[in-house]
Parts: sequence; structure tokens; C-alpha cells
Amino acid sequence: MRAENVNPEDLQWVCRKCSRPLESGTASVEYMGNQFTTELPMCRGCGFVLISEALALGKMAEVEQLLEDK
Amino acid sequence: MDQQELRALEHRCIQEEAPECTAACPIHLDGRAFAGHVAKGDWKEAWKTLYRTMPFPGILGRICDAPCRQRCKRREAGDPIEIGELERACVATPPPDFRVQQLPRRGRTVAVVGSGLGGLTAAWDLARKGYSVRVFEPGPRPGGPLRDIPVQRLPEAAMEAELERLAALGVELSMNVAVEPAQFLEQCISEHDAVFLSLESVQGRAWNLPKDAAGRITVDPSLQATGRPGVYAGGRPDAAGASPVWQAAQGRWAATSIDRFLQNVSPSAGREKDGPYETRLFTSLEGVEPLPKVAAADPESGYSPAEAVAEAGRCLQCECLECVKVCAYLERFGAYPRKYAREIYNNESIVMGIRQANKLVNSCSLCGLCERVCPEDFAVQDLCLQARRRMVRRGKMPPSAHEFALEDMRFSLSERFRLGRHAPGRSQSAHLFFPGCQLCASSPGQVRLVYRHLMDALDGGVGLMLGCCGAPAFWAGREDEFQSVCAGFLQEWSALGKPALVTACSTCFRMFTEHLPQVPTTSLWQLLEGIDLPPPAAAPAGQPLAIHDPCTTRPYPAVQDAVRRLVQRLGTSAEELILGRDKTECCGFGGLMQNANPDLSREVAARRARSSPLDYLTYCAMCRDSLAAVGKRALHVLDLAFPDQSVADPAARPRPGWSDRQENRSRLKSSLVSELWGEAGEAFEEYRRIRLIIAPEVAELLDRRRILAEDLQQVIRAAEKSGSGAAHPATGRLKAGLRPYRATIWVEYSPSPEGYVIHTAYSHRMEVLGAAK
Repeated sequence: MRAENVNPEDLQWVCRKCSRPLESGTASVEYMGNQFTTELPMCRGCGFVLISEALALGKMAEVEQLLEDK
Repeated sequence: MDQQELRALEHRCIQEEAPECTAACPIHLDGRAFAGHVAKGDWKEAWKTLYRTMPFPGILGRICDAPCRQRCKRREAGDPIEIGELERACVATPPPDFRVQQLPRRGRTVAVVGSGLGGLTAAWDLARKGYSVRVFEPGPRPGGPLRDIPVQRLPEAAMEAELERLAALGVELSMNVAVEPAQFLEQCISEHDAVFLSLESVQGRAWNLPKDAAGRITVDPSLQATGRPGVYAGGRPDAAGASPVWQAAQGRWAATSIDRFLQNVSPSAGREKDGPYETRLFTSLEGVEPLPKVAAADPESGYSPAEAVAEAGRCLQCECLECVKVCAYLERFGAYPRKYAREIYNNESIVMGIRQANKLVNSCSLCGLCERVCPEDFAVQDLCLQARRRMVRRGKMPPSAHEFALEDMRFSLSERFRLGRHAPGRSQSAHLFFPGCQLCASSPGQVRLVYRHLMDALDGGVGLMLGCCGAPAFWAGREDEFQSVCAGFLQEWSALGKPALVTACSTCFRMFTEHLPQVPTTSLWQLLEGIDLPPPAAAPAGQPLAIHDPCTTRPYPAVQDAVRRLVQRLGTSAEELILGRDKTECCGFGGLMQNANPDLSREVAARRARSSPLDYLTYCAMCRDSLAAVGKRALHVLDLAFPDQSVADPAARPRPGWSDRQENRSRLKSSLVSELWGEAGEAFEEYRRIRLIIAPEVAELLDRRRILAEDLQQVIRAAEKSGSGAAHPATGRLKAGLRPYRATIWVEYSPSPEGYVIHTAYSHRMEVLGAAK
């Protein structure tokens, strides 16, 4: 998963806690014992990370399936 | 699964067994593939099929006596396929290029005495195996008795073309050789490493070889050995006359024997299928119209190409696939049990890389119809269930395959639903009503009616137990969890004084009957036979219904019979589906197919729904709901015996979604506890008071994604309490995520005075740990 995981419309969301617009940043994710980093929309203030519907049902679901079958 | 188990499984599936024509043919021509190509008018491929097994298609293809016809399955529905005539029509078309494989020369020589079909075949095979072959023919031209065949049947040009192919392999032919003197054979033996005698064209009366009482050279009928080492023979016409294909076959077997003799290996090992053999292939003739053979307009010259295509079109293309024909799951994965067993074996052997067969293992409904229709009783459900258990044990079961169903089971076993009590005011129970989780999820009102009726109609007290029989854990291959569900049940059942169990769900009935034989279990339908029913509330349905037996009742005809008698007693007429009773089909829910492969599950339900235009009548809540979900009008037997007055058209009742199914269960428990036992229901968690506004299309989407209303309430409660999540200034929408179990759930919502409007929700299993350090 790379920078294409962040869509322009994801950055129109604002962190409710910090009132800061989300920015593209590097986040750690984990599934079935596999940990890796990827670019995701996040809040620079509190570290809140947003997963969009398109990402959750698309690329992320694909990677989950691959890791489950590994 | 080890190699031995795999091979035993592979052997059981007969789809790859040879068709009768191939098994009957002494040289095992693939008559099925050949006829298939001819039927398509694909002469090139038809030729190639002949080339693969026939030594000289240009000769044998014109004169084959086709013993395959005696065993062709078409005989049972008309005349056998005229494969011999099809060969003749094929070899009348121009031959395609075909590369003949020849092994490198071995530096050893074989003499072939006589050049009839047996001798030519032995020469052909031996030359291809790398031996130097010399043919000695007593006559002036090669071919021996082949030259006696009328040229209209076997033209000289065809004969010459095949002899050229033989010469191209380096075979030397000598004519006008005096082969009959005793000395000739001795010289042959001394100058060659082995000898083949083509007995259709030479006699050899003077040769020093063991002979039978009639003075004929003795020949072993399968290895073609004579009494002298290194000397082999074949091709002699038998009492029935000369069979060209048998002569060719004997030349072939002799060539194999000579090759083994010269390589000093076992002459007979692995040659059981050298000649005609029995095949286990089963081919159903159901629905096959009897057809006579195509008559050639000119029998002398044989079939025209068009006539051959028509004749080949009668070929049944024998194969079994009995299980695949009745199972959308087996069909979906594109093969048949033999291949699936191998795929599942390979799946387990993978150390690094992707396990390709996980979906195959987890999509089976475990219904067992395959075993029922298989001529050899191949049980795909056992194969898949055992594979699931091994995956669970080794920690290789994909969490997504069954997790939702297991969570749903855990819900049923939690305080939110679970209940086990004697009837109000009673301290013992002769019976214990166990309605099952999904009937309570789908029709809680009817569960209430049935329980009240049983309390009135039965003596000795009727207790009530709400819970789950553990089928989801069993189907998911989670043996430990299933055992713990069983143990929990036994404990509660014992505490209630071990009453006779009455199940309304056929899956529960089967689970208890098979796994807890110490629990006396009867189905509600059998029990109702002995007692009065409530007075009929409405006139019985005018139209007959079609009975859909749940797949879990397949081994229990007594339950199926009881339902039919009950339906009759209710004044409703019911018809049988073609696949019913012990051959009934799954609705797509069984075996957790619906979890592991929702698309396939819908297809299975839709296929079942198409079996009859009538409304269906079933006696499993999950079957009814699965059929209803694909738009089939379907009734539960309880809709006839205990109709819910508030439902105007029960056959059209939509399938309740997953949220409603859990809500219905917990409400049923609360209301029964307060109505019957006068106790306050369970206190609701605070978050469950959050009001949601969900449009029907959004509700449908969430149900497909298996996101419950309760999940949304938890996410919103957490976000609103902490003020976390994201806001979209342009639309005013909020978005928040929470990980209440092994998935993160995201909700996009807008607060409103009436409650929270839900726009969408989705989930993922991958866990976001936060900003990378």
C-alpha cells in the first residue's frame, strides 16, 4: 500500500478533536502477525488515522485476503 | 491428510476413469475424444487422437473391427457408436502433420519376422523406443495378409504412405526371405538381441519352439512370450477369425515385452491394463433419447463427412459428474471431487505462498448430497470438514471465513439470549422445548405461541431452553468450541432433570442426535402428531405448496414423514420437489457457506427456488429466510400450524436482517421472562438507547456487510463521548471508527433531533496502530 491510498477527498475531513485538516502521513498497520507502514490520511495533532470506505473495501480487503491465505 | 489418504480419496472419484470404448479397445483408443472431435467436424484433432494410440491409422483406421461397440454406453439407448466407421471417414480426409517421437538409438537390434499388422506394429513401437529393427517378409511386398484386403477398403496408396512412415523411423524391410526353415530362426536369434514372429503371415512349423497339441507355437496371451527367451510372437487369428485391432495390440504388447526383456526389468509389472479391462466410470442415461445409428447413403464407401459428424453427434461423451450436476458449489470451482481432493491436499502442504483452496474448503454447505448421488459414495462434506478442522488446529483458518457466524453463535449463548428453565410454577420438566437460535431470530412470535401450546397440551411440565446447538462451531471446524457448547448444554440439561428434548430446528435435531446420543431428542413435528393443534385460524392455502426438506433432515425420513402428515392434517396439499427427501438440496446457509461465500450462497438459494413455480413450504427458519432473500415465496410449517395474525402474507415475509435477528432474540428472551416468569427483563446497555435513522437501502447494505445496528451504536457512543473522529465541513457529516472486536467499524453519520442519520458504515480487519514512529 502506497501513497495512492490517500485520495484528495480524504483530506477534506477535519479532525474533530484538533480541528486540523487531515494530511497524508505514514501509519503502521498490522494483520495476522504482519506489520507494515503505509501512507494514510491522518491528523498531525493527535495521530488519528482515517480509513476511507474505498480503501477498506478495496485495497485493504485484498491485502487482508492475501494475508489470510498466506 | 497424507499421501495415502489422498490416493484413496482420488481413487474413489471415478470421473477420470476411462470410458467404456477406451477400456474395451485392445490398444485403448480414446474413442470419446475422437468422437468429440468428429462431432465438431475437427478432422485435424480427430486424426491426432488416432495418431496418439494407433500405430498406423491409415491402415487400422480403415479396417478396425471396433470391439468397442460391444461395450459402448449408447447401446443402452439405441445402437452403439460406429467408431470403426468414423475412423474410416476420418482417415479419408487429408492427414495433418504429426511429429513422431523417437528415442535415441540404443545400439540393439530386433528382428521382426512377417509383416502383417502385428509385425508392423511391433516394428513401429520398437523403432520408436530406439531399437534398430529389421523386418523379414516371405512375400514380395510388405503387409502379409493386409494385401488380401480389397483395395476399395484399403487402397494401396494408404498402405504405402504408412510404410513410408515406418521407413522414416529407420526400419529396414527385406522381401522374399525364406523364413520357414528351422535354420532361419536360429540365425535370427544369433544375429539379433530379440525376435518377434508375426504369426498372421508366417507359420514356423519347422522352428525349434515349444508347441501345443495342435502343433502351433505356444504364445503367452498377454506378454506374447514363446517358450524361448528373447523370442516373442503374436497376431495369429483365433477361432473367431482375424481381428486387426487385436493383431496390432499383440504386436504392441510384444514390443513392450521385448523392451523390458532387453532392459532386464520385470516383464509384467504395471501391465494390468494392457488389454481390455473393466472401468468403473458411471454414466447416467437419464434423459437420453434413444437414437439409431446414422445409415451411410453408400455403405460401400462408408460415411460421408456430414454423415460421420451426425453419427459422432450421438456419442454420449461418457462421464460421471453425478455430484457436480446437483451441486452449484462443486460446479462453481470448475472441477470434480478427485481434483478437489488434490487441491485441498496441496493447500495443506504449502509452506510459503498463497493457499489457493481456502475458499474451496470453506464454501461447501456440508449437506452431503454429493455422497448420496455418488456411485462410489464420495463425501465432499467430510473432506471439507476435516480440512477445516486441520486448518483451525494449525491456526491457518482465515478469520473472515466464519467469524461473523461464530460471533452470532456466541451471542446466542450469552446472557442476551440464553435461558434454561422449568415452566412457570413448575419444579420439573418431562419435556424441554429448544426452538433454536434462528427460529427465534426469524419468528419470535411463533416461538412464543408454540411454547404456550406445548405447556397446555403436554403433561409433566415443559421447560424452555434458549441457546444454540453449536452447529456454527461444528461447521467451522472448531472442535474445542463445539465440545464446550455441548458440555454447557449437558450441564444445563442435567440441572433441569434431563427432560426429553423437543427441537424445532432440523439442524439442532441432527446435532443433538448425532453428538449427544444420551439426550432423548424428538423433533417438534413428530411431537405435534400426538397432540391437538390450535384451532385453524384461516382456511388452508388453496394452491398446493412444494415441500423443501432442510438438508440436515436428509438422514431422518421419520422427521420428513411427520412433517408431511402434519401438513396433510392441516388440510394443505403439498407436492414433492424433484430433489427432495434424501436428495434434498441445501438452501445455501448450511456449513456456513453463507459466511464464507455469500455470492455462491445466493446462487444456491436461487437455483433451489427455481425448482418449482409453487410457493415453498419448509420447516427450517434459515431455509425459509434464505429462499425469501432471493425472492421466493416460502412458508414455514409454523405459518400453517401457528399463524402469526399480524402477518397478512407470510409467504412474502422478507428475511429479517442480522441486526433484527439479534434484536428479535434478545427481545424474545426479555418478553418471555417478564410475561411468563414475571421478572424484569435484562437491563439494556446504555449505548443501545442511541436512536438510529437508517434508510432501507442503507440497512440492506449494512446487512450485506454484516454490520449490526448495535455496532453503529457503540461507535457513535464512543465518538460522541470523547469528541473523536472526523468532521466534513462541506456536508456537516461526521465519521468515526471503533474496534469493538476483531474488526474496525467506521460509521459516517449526521446528528439530528430525532437521532443519528446513518449514511454508510464499513469495516476492515486490518488494525491501524497509528502514526509510524
